[in-house]
Amino acid sequence: MCGATTGGLSVAGIDTTKEAVIQGRVLRAGAPVSGAYVRLLDSAGEFTAEVPTSVTGHFRFFAGDGSWTLRTLAPGAKLDRVVRAARGSVAEVEVELEAA
Amino acid sequence: MSRSEVLVDADWVAEHGRDAGVVLVEVDEDTTAYDGGHIAGAIKLDWKKDLQDPVRRDFVNKEQFEKLLSERGISNDDTVVLYGGNNNWFAAYAYWYLKLYGHRDVRLLDGGRKKWELDARELTAETVTRPATSYTAQEQDLSIRAFRDEVIDAIGKKSLVDVRSPDEYAGRLLAPAHLPQEQSQRGGHVPTSVNVPWSKAANDDGTFKSDDELKKLYTEAGVNWDGEIIALCRIGERSSHTWFVLQELLGQQSVKNYDGSWTEYGSLVGVPVAVGDEPGQA
Repeated sequence: MCGATTGGLSVAGIDTTKEAVIQGRVLRAGAPVSGAYVRLLDSAGEFTAEVPTSVTGHFRFFAGDGSWTLRTLAPGAKLDRVVRAARGSVAEVEVELEAA
Repeated sequence: MSRSEVLVDADWVAEHGRDAGVVLVEVDEDTTAYDGGHIAGAIKLDWKKDLQDPVRRDFVNKEQFEKLLSERGISNDDTVVLYGGNNNWFAAYAYWYLKLYGHRDVRLLDGGRKKWELDARELTAETVTRPATSYTAQEQDLSIRAFRDEVIDAIGKKSLVDVRSPDEYAGRLLAPAHLPQEQSQRGGHVPTSVNVPWSKAANDDGTFKSDDELKKLYTEAGVNWDGEIIALCRIGERSSHTWFVLQELLGQQSVKNYDGSWTEYGSLVGVPVAVGDEPGQA
């Protein structure tokens, strides 16, 4: 996990040696979901950050070492995914929502 | 103040958003969000370009603020209804800012832009212009704004409420995690400040929790309701959200927002800093 995987969001301009990046895409039936809300919760379940997904369904966080939960909210959907992050790496996550 | 005087819901906005004497205003951290789509009739305020001095770190002055609101078509008697992304962080910041300059009737849309979107309500990219007004601001109401020396003096004496995430409070992160973490200031918190993340005051959809839940939250954190309270975060926007909860929803008097917050305090030479999850000693 030294860089973005094929098809992931570009990490150009980010010093990935100093950041613990968590990024990915929200999909529904394989299609990107824009305007979904992805929340980053810490290991105790406490809110740490939230971003809306881009027009291509992408999101990105700059976290710290450890275990995090991504909570995705979209009209009619709510899904939690656990992810590990570490400084110097990019964790790529695809969040697949159930078909509406 | 009570909830009904400072908070409106989406149905109210749908019904009254275009009434004479009502001005909807979107305020976002991502200032391009408005351009992609906004609530019908809403104008935009840019928290950075419009509300910050372009050179010094401070707010625009009274004359600049009067000019801004006059150009945007806001009158002294208008009901200003604010909403935005990030669970209303920047809308709450603008709410506090308008109160700082003495605007009488300001309200927040409960849940902000997020709840509006999650409820699949309509957004439009129409251009909105309002006829210019002649706005008159008051001198800043410094009873709701704290400066750094007051914060240092408050250590061990007043309730300091740090509303950042637990990892920022402890010094493990230096910014909310949607922003890069490389920052110039030190990590940690003001000694004796208690950590009540702003998010504990809101539901997942961005709406505020009930008054009973809110009162219990701050009471359990050790907030002294008989004294002055100072809220702080990183740049003063999330602490505006908590200022709104304490002063406007719960009706607590003498609550101040420290807009310098951690980006100022964490850069000061010689001040005490506590790291880790505990408040620390005075």
